[in-house]
Amino acid sequence: MQIYLPIAEMSVNVLLILGLGGGVGFVSGLFGVGGGFLITPLLIFFGIPPAVSVATAANQIVASSLSGVIVHWRRGNVDVKMGLVLLAGGLVGSSSGVGIFAWLRSLGQIDLVISLCYVVFLGTIGGMMMIEASRAIFRTRRKSGTIRRNKKHQHGFFHRLPLKVRFYRSGLYVSALLPLLVGFLVGLLTALMGVGGGFVMVPAMIYILGMPTSVVIGTSLFQIIFVSANVTILQSIQTHTVDVALALLLVSGAVVGAQFGARFGAKIKAEYLRAGLAALVLIVCIKLALDLVITPNDLFSVAPGNL
Amino acid sequence: MATSFPVAPFDATFVAQRPVHHRDLQGPKTITRNRLFPALVLIATLFFSAMLASKPARADPLVVDLSNHLVAISTGFTGTDVLLFGAIENKGDVVITVRGPERDMVVRRKERKAGIWINTKSAYVRNVPTYYATAASRPIELIANDRLLASYHIGLQNQRFVTTMDGDDTDDSLYRDALLRNMEYVGLFNDKPAKISFLSNQLFRTDVHFPANTPTGTYVIDVYLIRDGRIASIKSTPLVVSKTGISADVYDFAHRYSALYGIIAVIIAAIAGWIASVLFRKN
Repeated sequence: MQIYLPIAEMSVNVLLILGLGGGVGFVSGLFGVGGGFLITPLLIFFGIPPAVSVATAANQIVASSLSGVIVHWRRGNVDVKMGLVLLAGGLVGSSSGVGIFAWLRSLGQIDLVISLCYVVFLGTIGGMMMIEASRAIFRTRRKSGTIRRNKKHQHGFFHRLPLKVRFYRSGLYVSALLPLLVGFLVGLLTALMGVGGGFVMVPAMIYILGMPTSVVIGTSLFQIIFVSANVTILQSIQTHTVDVALALLLVSGAVVGAQFGARFGAKIKAEYLRAGLAALVLIVCIKLALDLVITPNDLFSVAPGNL
Repeated sequence: MATSFPVAPFDATFVAQRPVHHRDLQGPKTITRNRLFPALVLIATLFFSAMLASKPARADPLVVDLSNHLVAISTGFTGTDVLLFGAIENKGDVVITVRGPERDMVVRRKERKAGIWINTKSAYVRNVPTYYATAASRPIELIANDRLLASYHIGLQNQRFVTTMDGDDTDDSLYRDALLRNMEYVGLFNDKPAKISFLSNQLFRTDVHFPANTPTGTYVIDVYLIRDGRIASIKSTPLVVSKTGISADVYDFAHRYSALYGIIAVIIAAIAGWIASVLFRKN
């Protein structure tokens, strides 16, 4: 069953796209990430033009993260105050990121920069998470009952910043500048890499802000909705590459997948979830790194437009 | 450049031979006369073409048409075939070329730098047809020599591309070949001529295939009648590929009201996400 995509200007198999959306949606619900870091490379792999893949993934992430956040909202796992502060930084970051994206594209190196960003960030975060999660798993197995000291009570440089705000839901008393900066940097990456930024946001919340894992996923999804909505609208205006038909197909698969993912995730221990996400992130990282290094089939590529 | 079969003198000859009054076409005799009409046209045509045989080649009759002058890309579009059919009077070979709308392309060349494949050099190629296909009644090398094909720009190797290179490369043939190779890979260029089949000595037909990723715009189909290694006649016919229905509306809307389109896209996604969570809450 084929459908012609109006913006991508090509026809695709409906079931293939639905399945792709479903699979990524499951992962998104399970780990609390938008799934953009999976869906963008997968769409490109199936022949969708990269520009359309990046912009449409942002649109799809709006739906999957909204459906995901509702589940977490009901459990009270969303720190709205923290989410709004992150969002304020995220909106500024993603808007300037779209500008940087356009500048890099004029230099003709956007593909390389995107790939390098992916490899560096996915590799670093995936590696760190994998080490941390496997240590946690190892520890809980060895001495069950011994709980690791929480780092949020340690006072470092970040805690000497002004504008301290109390985030009750997260049980934190930190400077608002910290989540603002995190939001800004993640927003920047969101636009540059065409992802929701969950895979950067979730570890940043855990390791930099020191938020409890229970509220991290819900809060991250909460702010991703708005940042990806911002990117969708900006991409529609600047590049006309958001394909609603493709997004709807992905969404249809993804929202169903996300429900199962969120339910399944609730039954699994947090450190196992983190280890799983780390493994997935590392796999995508390795795939992209190989693509940069392995000799391509054709050393020449053709694209419409100007130099 | 397209010369066509001279219709007006043909009609004049016919009328002179058999004057037909409008009154004759009415009444019971009309049926017989109407049946007779095509036969008379054929006879007159053959008679006239016999006269033409001694004339210069440019007046060689060639009639061509398409089953459809509009390829409509609707939501279910997966590619389509357009039937091209035509007639010639005297035995000869037919070659057709199909050219899509032109646009400028960039060909980028990758080189390994510090172990990573990076786009280092590029060439800007002007006026590249976005679609190109040919068809011939016999293997094309048996029909015409390279010089003729080159002078009429028939075949991919005879397309004149203006390239501007920004690297230190001096040979643009690398980029040219890469362009042809990549366009062939995505199915928009076809270097192997399709088969034109003759139903008799006069009637020919061929299917022109347009894949799912066919670019929109106005296409030009040139039909060459070649005899004894020379062009005897040329006909040109347009073909429009355009989006219709919902996909056309969506495309127009996305370009005309882009901000509103983005907002609607977000709202649709939000509603879809909300609906899903409501549906799953009840289960």
